[in-house]
Amino acid sequence: MIRSNWISLLIFLAVIAVWEFACGWFSIPDFILPAPTGVIKTTIGKASLLLPHAGVTALEIIMGIVLSLLVAVPIATVMFAFPSMERALSPFLVASQAVPVFALAPLLVIWLGYGLASKVLMAAIIIFFPITVSLLEGYKNCDREYAVFFGLMGAGFWKKLRLLYWPWALPYFFSGLKVGVTVATIGAVIGEWVGAQRGLGYLMIQANARLQVSLVFAAILWLSVMGLAMWVFVGFLEKKVIYWR
Amino acid sequence: MLSVSGLTKNFEDLTVMEGFDLTVPRGGFTTLIGPSGCGKSTLFDILTGVFPRDGGRISWLGEDVPDLMSNAAYMQQKDLLLPWLSLIDNALLPAKIAGIDENNSREKASALFGRLGLHDFEKYIPQKVSGGMRQRCALVRTLMFEHELVLLDEPLSSLDAITRRSLQALLLLLQSEFNKTILMITHDIEEALLLSDELLVMTPMPMQVRERFVLEMPKPRRSSNPELLKIKEHVLEELEGDLNDTI
Repeated sequence: MIRSNWISLLIFLAVIAVWEFACGWFSIPDFILPAPTGVIKTTIGKASLLLPHAGVTALEIIMGIVLSLLVAVPIATVMFAFPSMERALSPFLVASQAVPVFALAPLLVIWLGYGLASKVLMAAIIIFFPITVSLLEGYKNCDREYAVFFGLMGAGFWKKLRLLYWPWALPYFFSGLKVGVTVATIGAVIGEWVGAQRGLGYLMIQANARLQVSLVFAAILWLSVMGLAMWVFVGFLEKKVIYWR
Repeated sequence: MLSVSGLTKNFEDLTVMEGFDLTVPRGGFTTLIGPSGCGKSTLFDILTGVFPRDGGRISWLGEDVPDLMSNAAYMQQKDLLLPWLSLIDNALLPAKIAGIDENNSREKASALFGRLGLHDFEKYIPQKVSGGMRQRCALVRTLMFEHELVLLDEPLSSLDAITRRSLQALLLLLQSEFNKTILMITHDIEEALLLSDELLVMTPMPMQVRERFVLEMPKPRRSSNPELLKIKEHVLEELEGDLNDTI
């Protein structure tokens, strides 16, 4: 574990070093590709500009996660409880993923406006699928012998769900959530690109138009850090909740 | 008394049992032994309602019942403890599901834990204890069912010889102290001879009772008992005969 952490760090540092060196060696102008030191300088120097926008994007992502959880958990549960519902809903679920979120973004902005709602919904749409599918898979993977045994103890479906299926599915749920939170930023940022007045996506579009590429990179850095932080947080939560593993 | 008569079960072209009869006296300890795949576990699945039967009757204490789901406690080779619950909470599951008062149940489970040498391990999760302890916990859970009838499906077969021996003594407690009526499946002839009042040797599929031994020797028994050794030899010969026929 420690060894792999060191390898990750070394790879990261090597990429940064090559990037820094290439920018200096080839004298690449800042408006094409700023050097890592320039990006860091902008990230720190423009922190007062970046932070409020990062806060808005973070809020959109968190609200998107909450919204998708509120929808995905009941839907996965209903699909598991009623196989006919699973058969009926599965095509819609798959179709929802076949439509690119880029195509939905302009529509959502028209319907829900330039505010938070359209971005929250974008993030939620992206997260919804991995959570629903993972949770459903987790429910279905419950060992049949346990389910039969619960039946012998007189447990009905809802008692089985609470005491057996849900805890059984938790590792699957967290796997889906981990995937979800890492891609949630995509939804929020695309929403901001299409139409917003705040957020890192909005800032990126504005900076790009002004050839402030180091600011674009600083925004990307913030997004990466946010995605990583959420992934780490979900991992931490997973360890706390699934204490028996 | 548990009475099974004329039980029939087919899986498509395969007849697992046809007109199968079985009687377990109230308070008795009856063991079924037979060649692998003869249908013993299917019998338990039918008795517990996991599989529907194609024919026959099941009655418990003189009353016909569709199955024994609500009349029997069940313990099998796999302990089926939930990894996210402590041992005591695992043992309390039947009471929790039945909606029985938790305080009383906890007291009862705690006393049984003490009795079975698990007192200091109540709060442990199953992963942190040995296979023997897990199986003892499963035994407490079986007792928490509060059903007089207990079905044991190779409950000790996954354990090492020493743990197995200590748990055999605990299985005897089910009958002697808790007045349970027990029907057990095992592959271990010695275990059957040490524990049972009645040993039924099964035929290969379609399953029938081939031979019945009434074991009247007092318990606990010693495996070196010459009478038991004689029966053991006889049963082994029969089962080996079945195996040779199959090969």
